[in-house]
Amino acid sequence: MSENNDGREKPERTGAQPDAAQPDADAPSQAAAPQQPEAHTEAEPDGRGPEDSGRARRAAQAPAVPDTSPRPHPVDDGPTSSQARWATFRHEMLTGSWLLTLLAIVAALVISSVLIAVADADVRASAGYFFARPADLLSAAWSSIAGTYVALFRGSVFDYTVLTGGGVAELGRAISPLTKTMVEATPLILAALGIGIGFRSGLFNIGAQGQVLMGAATASLVGFTFVPPGTGPFSSLLHLVLALGAAVLVGGLWAGIAGILKARTGANEVIVTIMLNWIATYLVAYLLTTAVYRVQANRPIAPHVAETAELPSLLGSWSPLHWGFPLALLAALGVWWLMERSTIGFQFRAVGANMHAARTAGISVNRVFVMVMVTAGMLAGAGGAMQILGVEGTFRASSAGTIGFDAITVALLGRNRSGGIVAAAMLFGALRAGAALMQTVADTPVDIILVIQAVIVLFIAAPPLVRTLFRLPDPQRTRVAARAKEATR
Amino acid sequence: MKKTLPAALVAAAALTLAACGAAPEEEPEATGEETTAGEETGGESTDFTACLISDEGGWDDASFNESAFNGLTQAEADLGIEVRDAESTDPGQYAANADAMVQAGCSLTVGVGFALEDTIQEVAEANPDLNFALVDSAFSDAEFNPVELDNAKPLLFNTQEAAFLAGYLAAGMTETGTVATYGGQPFPSVTIFMDGFVDGVAAYNEANGTDVQALGWDKEAQNGSMTGDFTNTENGYNTTQQFIADGADIILPVAGPVGSGSLRAAAEHEGVSVIWVDSDGYEQPANADYQQLILTSVLKQIQTAVYDTIDASVGGEFSAEPYVGTLENGGVGLAPFHDFEDAVPAELQAEIEDLQAQIIAGELEVTSPSAN
Repeated sequence: MSENNDGREKPERTGAQPDAAQPDADAPSQAAAPQQPEAHTEAEPDGRGPEDSGRARRAAQAPAVPDTSPRPHPVDDGPTSSQARWATFRHEMLTGSWLLTLLAIVAALVISSVLIAVADADVRASAGYFFARPADLLSAAWSSIAGTYVALFRGSVFDYTVLTGGGVAELGRAISPLTKTMVEATPLILAALGIGIGFRSGLFNIGAQGQVLMGAATASLVGFTFVPPGTGPFSSLLHLVLALGAAVLVGGLWAGIAGILKARTGANEVIVTIMLNWIATYLVAYLLTTAVYRVQANRPIAPHVAETAELPSLLGSWSPLHWGFPLALLAALGVWWLMERSTIGFQFRAVGANMHAARTAGISVNRVFVMVMVTAGMLAGAGGAMQILGVEGTFRASSAGTIGFDAITVALLGRNRSGGIVAAAMLFGALRAGAALMQTVADTPVDIILVIQAVIVLFIAAPPLVRTLFRLPDPQRTRVAARAKEATR
Repeated sequence: MKKTLPAALVAAAALTLAACGAAPEEEPEATGEETTAGEETGGESTDFTACLISDEGGWDDASFNESAFNGLTQAEADLGIEVRDAESTDPGQYAANADAMVQAGCSLTVGVGFALEDTIQEVAEANPDLNFALVDSAFSDAEFNPVELDNAKPLLFNTQEAAFLAGYLAAGMTETGTVATYGGQPFPSVTIFMDGFVDGVAAYNEANGTDVQALGWDKEAQNGSMTGDFTNTENGYNTTQQFIADGADIILPVAGPVGSGSLRAAAEHEGVSVIWVDSDGYEQPANADYQQLILTSVLKQIQTAVYDTIDASVGGEFSAEPYVGTLENGGVGLAPFHDFEDAVPAELQAEIEDLQAQIIAGELEVTSPSAN
C-alpha cells in the first residue's frame, strides 16, 4: 500500500507513469504537467530531479522542450567501460515503462490463473480430498489453467490444431484467429485514439460509448438507405465513403456538443459526456422502434446494410479481416502526426499541459476544447461504423457493446500514444477473440476474461506495485543514489 | 455465469476446511482431462455434442436463457452427451461464439433468442452437415420474408395463448378495475406476452360487461411501457410503483429478472399481486420471500423444447420443421395458482379452463403480430 501512496504523491517522478495516472487528476487545469511529449522510452528529462516537483514550473518550460535524445544517465559520465554500459543497459531495461506494462500483464495472468483454477469444478472436487491425494488437485488445477490459456492462444493468435500437414489453406485457417484479434481491435483502436487525444489535451472524455453508438447508427442508416445504383467498384466505394463519412460526421457532431458546452458554459465534460451517452442509448433505442429503421415484425433491429456499403474483406473468405484494420492503423499514424508534428496538436498538448499558460500564450483554449472533442468524436464514430460495416451488418441498440468504455482502458494502457494504443487494442482484441474458444473448449466462465482485463489495468495503474512485486529498482531512487555517489567522489 | 465467481470464492474458502475428505475410489483422471479438451475436440468426434449460445442476457437471466441452459444441463445428465456453452456479452460475439461451436465439433448448436437469427442462419448455411436450432425466432431473408433451412430448426412459442388466459384471469381478479403490464425491451418475444394479456382483459370485459383497464401496452400501436433493459430491477420497481399509483393491482412484468422489482413494489402495497413469466415464479428460489404475491405465471417451456430437440437429434431424428409450443402441446400454459388457489373463484377457473379448451380446439384464435 505504501507504494501506492508513494506513486500518487509524485506522479511525474517516473517516466512510466505520468500519462496513465494523469487523467485521474480530475480537473483539467490541474491535469497539468506530466503531459509532456515523452514517448515511451525517452521519458525522463534528466537533470530535472525530484527537487523539481513544481508542476507549474515544469509545465511552463515543458512544451518547448520535446527532448527526444536518449536518456543520459549519470553512469554515462563515468568511464565507458563495458561494465558501465551494461549497467546503463540494465538500468534502462529495468526502469523502462514497457517492461512495467509487460510485467503487469504477466502478474494479471498469474492472478487470473488462480481464479481460473478456483472456478473449475474438477479443481474444487479434488480439493475436497487434497490431503488424501494432493496430486489430483495439482493436475486438475494445471489442466484447467493450461487449458484456458491454450484456448485463449488458439482463439486469438494461432490455432495449431487445424494443422495436419497440408497446404496453404490450412495455414490460413491456423492464423485466422490472429485476424479475428485484429478485427476486434479495430473499433477499439479508433475510439481509444480519440480518447487519448482528449486525455493529452486535459479533457476526460467518457463519451466514446455514445459517439461509437451514434456512428454505428449513422453508418447503418446510410448503409441500407442510400443504396447507389449498380454494384460496380465505383458505386461500392461511393457508398462506403458516404456511410463512413456520415458516421464520422455524426460522431464528431455528437462529441462537439460536449465540446461546445464545455467551451461556452464551462460545463464539466465528464458529466456532459456521460449524459450524452445515455441520450444516445435511448435515442437509438427509440429510433429502432420507429419507421426510421424500417422495423419489421416488431423487431428493434435495423436491416442489413447493402453489400455496396460493406467494408471489403482484406484477405479473402477464410478470414474476417476487413479494410477497417488498415484504416485504423492509418488513423493511428494520422493522430501521431496530428499530436506530435502539427501546430494544432501542439496547441492541444499545450492546453493539456497548462490551460492558463496556453491561454496566456495566445492559444484559444475554448476553440481547442471544441476541436479536441470533435476529433475524438470523429474517431469514435468511425469505430462504430467499423463494427457495422465490417462485422455485424445489422445495427441494434446494443451494437456498440462496451467499446466506448473499453477504449478508455485501452487509451490508458497505451499511455495515450498511437503506438501504445494499437498494441493495447490488440491485447484487448485478443482477449475478446479468444473468449469464445475459452468458453467452449476450456469451459472458462466469460467473466474470467473481464477479470483479466481489470487486473491488467489495476497493475498498469500502479507501477510501484509491479516494481515491488518483481523487485525492480525505482528509477528515481537509483538516480538519486547515483548522483549522491557522484557528489561524494 | 456471473454467479460463478462469488460462488467460486466462497467454495475456495470452504474447501480449505473440507480438504481433509477421502479420495474417491476410482481414478478421477477422466474428469480432469475433460477440461483441457483442446486436442480431443479438434478431430472428428463420434460422440454427440450439443451446444448452446446465449444472447446478451447470459445464463443467469432467470428467464429464457436460463431455461434453455437448464434444458442443456438436463440433456447432459439424462442423455450422457457432451455439452458446451458460450455466453455472449454483446452482439459482436454472436458470430465468434457460433464459429467456436462449429470449431469445437458441435453436432447441434442452439442459439437462444431472436437476436441470434442472422448468426445461426449464416453458420447453418455454411455448415450444411451440422444441425442448428434457434429459440424464439424463425428464419428470414434480408427482406424479412420467411425462409426454411434444411438443418436449422426454429423453436417457437404461441405465448400469446397463455398470456391471454393470464389477462382474462387478471381482469377477473382485479379489485380496482385496473391491471398493468410492462416489458424490458420491445422484442417480439416480450411483446407477444403483452399482446395476449391485453386481449385477455378485453375478452373478459366483453364477456362480463365490465370495464377493466389494462395499462402499459397498446396492441394496435404496438407501443407501451418498457424499462429499457433486462437487468435493472430498480426500473421495474419504479414502473410498478407508478402503475400502483395509477390504480393497478395486478402487474405482469415481462422483463426477466426485472420482475423482482415488481414483487418488491407489490409487497409494499395491500392487495397487489404479480403474474410471473417464462417459468413458475412461485417455485423460483429468488422469489422465495415474495411467492405469496404471485398470482400465477405464464409458462413458456423453453427447457422442454431445447431438451426435446437435443433428444431427437441424439436419436438421429433431427428435423428442421419448426417446433411451436402451444396450449395444446403444453409448450405454453398457465401455472398453478398456489397461494391464490382459494382466492380465485371456481367460476372464473371454470371460465379459463373453458377458454383454454376453445383455444386448443381452434374455436378461439389469439393473435399477435409477434407470433410466428
